[in-house]
Amino acid sequence: MDFNFTEEQGMIRDSLARLIREQYDFDTRRGVVASEAGWRPEMWAQFAELGLLMAPFSEEDGGLGGGSIDAMIVMEEFGKGLVVEPFIPSVVCAGGFLKHAGSAAQKEEHLAAIMGAESTFAFAYAEPRGRYNLADLETVAKKDGAGYVLNGHKAVVIGAPWADKLIVTARTGGDRRDAGGISVFIVDKSASGVTTRDYPTVDGRRASEVYFENVSVGADALIGSEGEALPLIERVVDEATAALCAEAVGAMGVAHGMTVEYSRQRKQFGTAIGKFQVLQHRMVDMFMEHEQSISMTYMATLKLDEDEVTRKKAVSAAKVRIGQAGRFVGQESIQIHGGMGMTEELAVGHYFKRLTMMNSEYGNVDHHMRRYTALSAGEMKAAAE
Amino acid sequence: MNLDFNPEEIAFRDEVRAFIDENYPKDLVGMGSREDLTREQFLAWHKILGAKGWSAPAWPEKYGGTGWTSTQRYIWSEENARVDAVMPLPFGIAMVAPVIYSFGTDEQKARFLPKILSGEEWWCQGYSEPGAGSDLASVKTTAVRDGDHYVINGQKTWTTLAQHADWGFFLCRTDPDAAKPQEGISFILVDMKTPGIEVRPIITIDGGHEVNETWLTDVRVPIANRVGEENKGWTYAKFLLAHERSGIAGVARSKRGVEKLKQIASTEVIDGKPLMNDDSFARKVSQLEIDLTALEFTELRTLAGEAQGKGPGPESSILKVKGTEIQQRLTELTLEAVGTYGAPYYRGFPNDDSSNEFPIGPDYAHHSAPMYFNMRKTSIYGGSNEIQRNIITKMILGL
Repeated sequence: MDFNFTEEQGMIRDSLARLIREQYDFDTRRGVVASEAGWRPEMWAQFAELGLLMAPFSEEDGGLGGGSIDAMIVMEEFGKGLVVEPFIPSVVCAGGFLKHAGSAAQKEEHLAAIMGAESTFAFAYAEPRGRYNLADLETVAKKDGAGYVLNGHKAVVIGAPWADKLIVTARTGGDRRDAGGISVFIVDKSASGVTTRDYPTVDGRRASEVYFENVSVGADALIGSEGEALPLIERVVDEATAALCAEAVGAMGVAHGMTVEYSRQRKQFGTAIGKFQVLQHRMVDMFMEHEQSISMTYMATLKLDEDEVTRKKAVSAAKVRIGQAGRFVGQESIQIHGGMGMTEELAVGHYFKRLTMMNSEYGNVDHHMRRYTALSAGEMKAAAE
Repeated sequence: MNLDFNPEEIAFRDEVRAFIDENYPKDLVGMGSREDLTREQFLAWHKILGAKGWSAPAWPEKYGGTGWTSTQRYIWSEENARVDAVMPLPFGIAMVAPVIYSFGTDEQKARFLPKILSGEEWWCQGYSEPGAGSDLASVKTTAVRDGDHYVINGQKTWTTLAQHADWGFFLCRTDPDAAKPQEGISFILVDMKTPGIEVRPIITIDGGHEVNETWLTDVRVPIANRVGEENKGWTYAKFLLAHERSGIAGVARSKRGVEKLKQIASTEVIDGKPLMNDDSFARKVSQLEIDLTALEFTELRTLAGEAQGKGPGPESSILKVKGTEIQQRLTELTLEAVGTYGAPYYRGFPNDDSSNEFPIGPDYAHHSAPMYFNMRKTSIYGGSNEIQRNIITKMILGL
């Protein structure tokens, strides 16, 4: 067992932290979020130059030979800086599909472009009536000659306004919610029949509703085997969830640190409010929630390559714990900041908003508690037989 | 970063497992959480481990530690938890010994450490007093010099298992005029057979006799039994508490407890189906398991830090708070799981059967209520969980 980062990983973290400190301060971020584009493609290119976008890929895929731990490191720093650029959708999700199941030609065409920030992907999987069930799909891809025709509506596709390509999950067979009959496609956002409604999100990002109306794609758009993609989707979403946990850890740490600092400065009744035991103990509880979230993020990330049940239980356990921790830390940060915590002007509220929205991304606490409980029951049944 | 065991660690696990299977007393399997054991039962495994040289894995090797890595120690506690082993009590091995080997004289080390290792001498802790609980620095028990002796007078309380103890470590006030209460305290080792010591039982809400009041009247103790400097005892007391806390998480044992809880809930029936299939109960078990995983990995991170030379610091307070919360929730859910058969209470009740078996309800229900009551102590002892929060406030948040 080893909980240390390698020297390279330490360097990635330090150089990214420096870059965010120097070029991603709170006021700059506010300006970017309010701008028409909502992100900085030039910042994304700088992340690529640093090697961040190559870090989680093997050397034979053209990457730096890292993996999920590297993604974890990047996302924790992104969480600290409330970075909006789409590392999870483009690198973890699209990159994940390609590295696990992409053909040589697909890797050749897309992986280098992702790593070099020449191409940016979004992951269109959620649907208006599917909630967190990855198999509850109304989007349909119908076989048409060698290729497929897609019809459907994908909901709140994070980073889609910035993307030139989409990874799309769709049903090629079976009934709604069946585990079988699901496929994954690469779709050009500029393809005929793709329309989007772009909008800002409450936590400073951009997303789209994406509509597919008789969108034709070739056979080469299919990633992996037709109709058998659910295990692949679950794996990639688990990897994205672990990365999201790391982002939450970064954001929680900053929100807690800001709160402790504020309690040192703010005086009431003639004394710093940080001297009040009732507030001290709450800040200690925030600290303990943050520490446990770090532990759970390590745990889940280190178990991503284990067997399916172990991986799913680990990721769900982490998402439950971190969902609860993020809500607690976020709410207490606002409470202890008092009225100032309610203002748009202070950074802490923005951390609260991001932490809040992370809870519903890739399944909320209830969803992951259900999944964890069902998997535990399955294990007990198997052990009894 | 990785969670893998290397081939040496796997070989170590196999060796340890085989040793436990061959040597752990069969009649003590599953008794690790019981507080109503005899002196011989408490000491049985300790003595076997002492003879093997494995009774104090955390000690430095030169004093009799095993020299195991943090991963090996993790494997060790996991393997012991498989049989729910009655582990060596903390008072000697985990509490007084680190103070003796860190601050004691060579004579003290030679006199006390071997018998702590072997389990030959039983230790108890003379810290709390009726007026000094969380506010431990306000101890009033005095030790006054008289020639080459201290004369100790006062009253200690919550002295765990002092009815079996050969020796005790006591916090006594040696300078009543010190500027601050933390100054003027000394750390003194006392032979429990010294005239003037009286140990009186305190019966706790679970019906057990685990703790005592200890009265000291003109107890004469050689000055040579003081550890470290006179009036600096508070430093050693705090050092000891940090050591005590790091073992307090009880992860491996709680994991075993969750397994037991699941077995119970699979046997108990609700509406004709196993309780474990009941959604609201199953989710409480899941939450407990998830929180335990968070604790486990927090402890592993702490152990990894210790392996790199960071001593048990204020972070160990997290392990204390979360570890005890989980131990309490585990007994709470177990009591919930057994339903009304938590109620029958047998201790001291005359029955026809001359054995200790109580014939009412399922076996697993018998201790569930007393265990639940007993475990309320965990968030109070070792520095209450509120005191742990004060420690984190001061040492980590810097407020």
